[in-house]
Amino acid sequence: MANLKTEQKKTKAQSMGMHTEVLTGKTQQKFFNPDEAENFFYWGTHDVDFNKRTDLDVKDMDCKEANKKIDELMGQGYGTIVIKNPQGKHSLGVGILNKLNLIFEGSLGYFGVGSIDGPIVRINGRVGWSCAENMMAGKVVIEKNAGSCFGAAIRGGDLICKGSVGARTGIDQKGGTIIVGGDAGAFTGFMMQRGRIVILGDVGINLGDSMYDGTIYVGGKIGSFGSDAVESPMTKSDMEWLKRKLKVAEIGESFNLNKITKVVAGKKLWNYDALEPTEKKGAI
Amino acid sequence: MCGIAGLIHRGKSSNVGEELQNMLQALKHRGPDSTGYALYANNDGKNFILRFKVGENVGEGSTSVNEDESVYDERKKIVDKKLLELGSNILKEEKLTPYSYRYEIKIDKDLMDFSKAIESIENVEILSIGKSLELIKDLGDATAVSERYGLNKVKGTHGIGHARMATESGVDIKSAHPFWGYPFADVSVVHNGQLTNYWNNRRVLENKGMRFMSECDSELIAVFLAEKMRNGATLEEGMRESLTGLDGVFTYFVATKDSLGMAKDTMAAKPLVLYESDDLVAMGSEEIAIRSILPQEIDTYDPFDGEVKVWQT
Repeated sequence: MANLKTEQKKTKAQSMGMHTEVLTGKTQQKFFNPDEAENFFYWGTHDVDFNKRTDLDVKDMDCKEANKKIDELMGQGYGTIVIKNPQGKHSLGVGILNKLNLIFEGSLGYFGVGSIDGPIVRINGRVGWSCAENMMAGKVVIEKNAGSCFGAAIRGGDLICKGSVGARTGIDQKGGTIIVGGDAGAFTGFMMQRGRIVILGDVGINLGDSMYDGTIYVGGKIGSFGSDAVESPMTKSDMEWLKRKLKVAEIGESFNLNKITKVVAGKKLWNYDALEPTEKKGAI
Repeated sequence: MCGIAGLIHRGKSSNVGEELQNMLQALKHRGPDSTGYALYANNDGKNFILRFKVGENVGEGSTSVNEDESVYDERKKIVDKKLLELGSNILKEEKLTPYSYRYEIKIDKDLMDFSKAIESIENVEILSIGKSLELIKDLGDATAVSERYGLNKVKGTHGIGHARMATESGVDIKSAHPFWGYPFADVSVVHNGQLTNYWNNRRVLENKGMRFMSECDSELIAVFLAEKMRNGATLEEGMRESLTGLDGVFTYFVATKDSLGMAKDTMAAKPLVLYESDDLVAMGSEEIAIRSILPQEIDTYDPFDGEVKVWQT
């Protein structure tokens, strides 16, 4: 981290009142030796006991207060936290970097449980836009519907919505698995790079538009394919993976996998340098 | 980024002024510049309600030119004289702020001719005409505007509202939402998004005799729908045509005397959360708007891309 000092000679911008902090020192310069145990310390994490359980009513808290309280409870070793009355508040449960059973009894607003790395989250309601954005690991289960940009840029873990989701689900996805029990909106898998998306219902227009890599499985109707998204034959390993994953995800275990359409990147867009210009044009 | 909210009670009236105030106040962070309400009130329906302004709010944050208040009174006198010439009796008159008025009047003329005559007076703008529509917009957040105009006592069946963050035009009342669906009584529109074919559409519609009062792209939606309805389309047909006729990103609400509709562009780029039950439909840019009037656990969802819905009272 850079040092933040407030008593420094003022820059021109500061003398104009534009900001008051000075960044000094080098950033990103800490080198790690894997042989030194202390370097495995993961800042912002807590050792928690799943059997130690508590409730937290956030009805009269804003998101900052609620998240701080969750952090305090984890610091006290609580491994199972039940959040009461989330009432659609934004940015609840973000940045949790350790194992935790987190249960929301109600719905979340935008950016719920973003940037998490490890917790198991159950949301007994609905979530707004950009749920679990940038999730690294763990499992999130949403009992009802989800808004747009569901699982934007996730890198790992399982993100499951038992209802329907909005547009741009899995946009910029870099890993992990997104599973949706209902329908999904337009531009599902837009620019996805890795990972898998499973939609058991219908999807809107421009499915997998400009996807670099990864796989999308669709159980219902497809509005239209996006640029460079192409159908690919289902393999035995696809079937086995889907069967196992849907079971673990508590969703669609009995779903007829023969109805699934598999969609992958055609890899003919501009970012695939081996292509001739005419081939690139043809892909668009 | 702006915030929009709307609700419709089916088969009953409620305190829509207070409800919409709460919904819009919850969305204040999406648009702090101005707030507007289109409330469909329990008026007796015998006379027209004319809401108009004779100047701008030049208070803190306004981009309008400062004027002496005396010019407002002069303009108001000219409006009164014009109404007499048009044969419209003023049955009730309320001065709400130095620059805005609410009249109960009789109108026997075609509403377009009537509106053109009134708006021919310099710096006079009709905010709305209708038998149940009460359209109020001003600078400030939802609570400030509601208190200024006494809106939390308004009872009615439905309403739409807007918390505006000015991006495409100035911080003033003329660019604030909702927009009246000129020249149709009781039609109003609010919008969240940006329209990219505003000028092309505006030129075409102006050539067809439609009027624009601002340079706010959202006004195009009201005029676009009004022109379609003028040519015989139903509200829902007009809204469906807007999905291809309007270019850009948008979620908008439109309300009439007895209905409320929503439309979302084909890319679903702008948010909307919807709650629907047998006796109430409530929707807003964020779920917290709905939660402000329904704190209990409810089922909500995001309408999909290219979706159009209309509900009746």
